[in-house]
Amino acid sequence: MGCMATGENFVLAIGTKKGLWLATSQDRQQWSFSGPHFLMSEIPSIGIDTRDGRTRIMVGVRSEHWGSTVAHSDDLGATWTEPEQGAITFPADTGAAVERIWQIYPDAESRPGVVWAGAEPISVWKSTDGGEHFELNRGLWDHPHRSEWGAGYGGAAAHSIVVNRAGDNVHIAMSTGGVYRSLDGGTSWQPRNKGISVRFMPDPYPEFGQCVHKIAADAVVEGRLYAQNHHGVYRTDDNGENWNSIAEGLPADFGFVMLTHPRREGTAWVVPLKADGERIPPEGHLAVHRTDDAGATWKRLDSGLPGREYNSVLRDAASVDSAEPAGVYFGTRGGTVYASADEGESFTEVASHLPDVLCVRAAVISGVALQVPERAAAGGA
Amino acid sequence: MPDISVVLPSILQPLAGGQSVLTAPAEGPVKVGSLLDSVTGNYPVLARRLRDETGALRRYVNIYVDGDEVRRLQGLETEVAPGQEVLVIQSVAGG
Repeated sequence: MGCMATGENFVLAIGTKKGLWLATSQDRQQWSFSGPHFLMSEIPSIGIDTRDGRTRIMVGVRSEHWGSTVAHSDDLGATWTEPEQGAITFPADTGAAVERIWQIYPDAESRPGVVWAGAEPISVWKSTDGGEHFELNRGLWDHPHRSEWGAGYGGAAAHSIVVNRAGDNVHIAMSTGGVYRSLDGGTSWQPRNKGISVRFMPDPYPEFGQCVHKIAADAVVEGRLYAQNHHGVYRTDDNGENWNSIAEGLPADFGFVMLTHPRREGTAWVVPLKADGERIPPEGHLAVHRTDDAGATWKRLDSGLPGREYNSVLRDAASVDSAEPAGVYFGTRGGTVYASADEGESFTEVASHLPDVLCVRAAVISGVALQVPERAAAGGA
Repeated sequence: MPDISVVLPSILQPLAGGQSVLTAPAEGPVKVGSLLDSVTGNYPVLARRLRDETGALRRYVNIYVDGDEVRRLQGLETEVAPGQEVLVIQSVAGG
């Protein structure tokens, strides 16, 4: 082993169909990998919690044989803990069982113990003890629309959770059902899909039933969110009351990813796919597209990406870190992971030949001592 | 008093303190569901690997009583007699 490094370090977590890989870096160019963790279990969700001085990696783990659970590590994957009674289990009266944990979302810095989760069947959960035990959100579970929500191809799940700074305003997105909003911290929920189309249904603008693939909040403007829909890219400036298309300028309006900048107003990233029936990058040319003006214009970013790539990028297989400039990361269903240390202007391949990438998360872990191997090679996974 | 033995696959043994066989004392026949309750009582993580929170046997977990998979018998209501052996085996499935 080489030197001990302190200061600003980075952790990259890659959840795949057959396990988890973790990587650390000092410069976002050279990455040291460990893994596979949880070999032969899929990792559909990851949350990296850096609040309150900790570095806790939480993962949703799903085995076809042994079911779904949540585990966490406070030592960058050296050891993992699974709460004895399970972090997410449905109460007996629901008659339901967790199929898959789709989202693990650490709340704001000001609420350091709070972690939200989204799961299949469609459900939202909240932990107040740093992700060790979660409570089912009853307002959503008992929602009168529940019987009308459907399953997307990947299952019926709440997959996106966005909480505002004050904590009273929560948006979630589900497939299929669309966007629901709570103005009371998650006690009650109302659909907020006005302007989002459902071109695969007889009524293209229903109150709910949309297949919104991902939502993300603007870093600065309160009440502004972005959505990548099942066809359609949208923005709301009024807290979900109205959604307007921002798809003009993109090569395709289909896709799964929606990322927003950690600090800068108006900046978001998408990864367009050709179409519903052709789920590949347009003409096989993989590119990330970034807007810096809240969707008025888009910039194509493909420096460092391959000339041909026919694999798609799933909704949670992309992430940003909080560094300056922000890092952008994503992985494909072909098992390749790309990273950019300059907000997407240029990418490098950091891993390849992994199983299908389901989830990618990255974070800055300031002050954490890392063991830096002498031969820390890119693509080491 | 003869025991009923539950044999675990190697992948689950770390969740039972490294044991390959868990035993439950039995004075008469017991149902498979009750047997699992008994032998996994001290191993809640193991219990969740075998059954979900509704109590249902997970889809690709097979339990054999004297060579018969319990789904072909009476499921978790299948009775096991003292001295019999119960095998937990994962399905050969996946890709």
